[in-house]
Amino acid sequence: MEFIRYTKTRRTRRLLAFAAAAASVALVASGCASGGDAGTGGGAEGDLSITFIPKQLNNPYTDVVLGGGEDGATAAGFAATEVVGPLEASASSQVSFINAETQAGTSVIVIAANDPDAVGPALEEARAAGAKIVAFDSDTNPKYRDVFISQVIAKDVALIQIELLAEQIGGSGEIAILSATANATNQNEWIKFIEEELASNPEYAEISLVAKVYGDDDDTKSFQEAQGLLQAYPSLKGIISPTTVGIAATARYLSTSNYKGTVALTGLGLPNEMRPFVKDGTVTAFALWDPAQLGYVAAFAGKALADGTITGTEGDTFDAGDLGEREVGADGIVIVGPPTTFNADNIDDYDF
Amino acid sequence: MTLDTSPPATSETTTRRANGFAAVLRLREIPVTLALIALVTLTYMANPLFLSQQGVKDLLLNATIVIILSVGQAMVIVTRNVDLSIGSILGIVAFSTGTLFVTFPGIPIVLVFLAGMALGALLGSINGCLVTVAKVPSLVITLGTLYIYRGLNNAWAGGTQYFAGDRPDSFGALSVDTIAGFPVITLIAIVVVIIVAIFMASTRPGRDLYAIGSDPEAAKLFGIPVTRRVLLAFLSNGVLAGLAGVLYASRFNSVGATTGTGLEFDIIAAAVVGGVAIFGGSGTVIGAAIGALLLTTITSALTAIRVDKFWQQAIVGLLILAAIVIDRIARIRTAKKLRLSEARDV
Repeated sequence: MEFIRYTKTRRTRRLLAFAAAAASVALVASGCASGGDAGTGGGAEGDLSITFIPKQLNNPYTDVVLGGGEDGATAAGFAATEVVGPLEASASSQVSFINAETQAGTSVIVIAANDPDAVGPALEEARAAGAKIVAFDSDTNPKYRDVFISQVIAKDVALIQIELLAEQIGGSGEIAILSATANATNQNEWIKFIEEELASNPEYAEISLVAKVYGDDDDTKSFQEAQGLLQAYPSLKGIISPTTVGIAATARYLSTSNYKGTVALTGLGLPNEMRPFVKDGTVTAFALWDPAQLGYVAAFAGKALADGTITGTEGDTFDAGDLGEREVGADGIVIVGPPTTFNADNIDDYDF
Repeated sequence: MTLDTSPPATSETTTRRANGFAAVLRLREIPVTLALIALVTLTYMANPLFLSQQGVKDLLLNATIVIILSVGQAMVIVTRNVDLSIGSILGIVAFSTGTLFVTFPGIPIVLVFLAGMALGALLGSINGCLVTVAKVPSLVITLGTLYIYRGLNNAWAGGTQYFAGDRPDSFGALSVDTIAGFPVITLIAIVVVIIVAIFMASTRPGRDLYAIGSDPEAAKLFGIPVTRRVLLAFLSNGVLAGLAGVLYASRFNSVGATTGTGLEFDIIAAAVVGGVAIFGGSGTVIGAAIGALLLTTITSALTAIRVDKFWQQAIVGLLILAAIVIDRIARIRTAKKLRLSEARDV
């Protein structure tokens, strides 16, 4: 293409030389800066900093979580709160942000992992440099973090979704799952519990899970996955989408197609996003927890870890501000609260 | 040259030109059309639901936005340029469409379309100006504006998203209602294809775009206003990306900071598969539109017969390679023919 023809001009060569020089200056400068920061960050008491690294920025659900996290960080007494993260949810995209936090000497890193292991080595480096690691929303491999703040008990989330769907399809028929990415930790855990429940609970004996598809938390992709499901499985009775992007995209497709009212949909959704679909009858009921509390508790857990009040072992308790006391359970997991079911009767009471 | 050899040579040139035209047709739009027909037939035999009323409607709707974008991209590629920023333009226009409906409830839908296309035109002409005035290759310029426009969208939207419920029902209905089996927005796309196809095939500025793509230096020497024409191609592409952005907001549920990310490669792939030569100078917008229809249909077809996602991408890759090989063979043949005729004329 065009650019090949220009590479040999003199101007470009001069530009390249300038760019190279600028890059070297920047490298030297950043080298100095990170050296300095690491020194101060490790030692200073009562000057704690916290950084949130969500799965991806500019995701409406994440924004509610982070809003709670920032409130919590202020209430817990952190001097500096930052939110950094990738614009797309992919396995390796968070690593460079973790590395930057390690260099800046951040005291607490709160992370929602896109992949439980991909972030591991970077988190180990951060811990070696003195940072405390709080996983929230989506867990890392337990060996890479101090505690995991779970919105709810994973099994409860799975059970409420299958319960809602079973009720909506009358207890029998083919169902499918439309999830986020194929390696999302939290979704996969819920799916595992859903599968176990389907296999073990006699009430669900006549329900068969025929497909699991992944919309990558992308509106367009999820939309087309929903469309494909209905075409590939003509006798499909219901869809569970345990992700806010997936359930909204599927609801949009159903509400604009012939399948509206004949195929049931439930899962985890944001009330604000799902309101029109509940009102027009596409969706009867769906579930979620209060996402803001998740960030709030994560901030307090981070503070307790940084202060040395807790170490993340089972039985540790810490103060979570307005939400009272929280206890660290097995595997360093802290539970925030039970899931809520939203339907036409109560959806207008919520605004997030 | 002698007198007695020249008349046969002339007649041979005309027949050769006619043959060449037929060959070009055979080599460019026909394979992709045949592939499309074969694909639809085979999938239909495997899963009759594929061509149910809802199935056909979904196929057309899926292709609509990609078709409009591919047609615009084809105009740019024909001039031996490329526009990588269209995904970002679509995103920013889609978000501004959502914003318009929320900020001015009751705003006429036509006005929203015009505003979206105007914003697209602005962003497209920025690309065009940078490419033509700064004389920097479009690959680099539009790679830059891809990030700049996306950055602006991120800064503007933040975590805000607008949902289908925020927009009037009549606007969403454009991508639900059908006229004679065709969704309204698909009809818009078909009109776009026809207009641009006529422009490219039979108007002076349209032909100039091909001349520029074949040989920019020669085009300049010939007196074609290269700067103005290339600018026009980028501007038109921007307008079409803007139109696609408005339609995106009509069809999909949410518009926000990441809307349209990564779309550019699908679009370039559609144009290339449709026979638009990546080095410019040849290919038609109808080919690009069929390419777009083929690629979106493959995705639906493979899903309908339950083939793994991985294979879908691999197949798209194979199609691109096939298109390039066909293009290469066509070029070698034309060059050989030209050499032979030149040699005979000496």
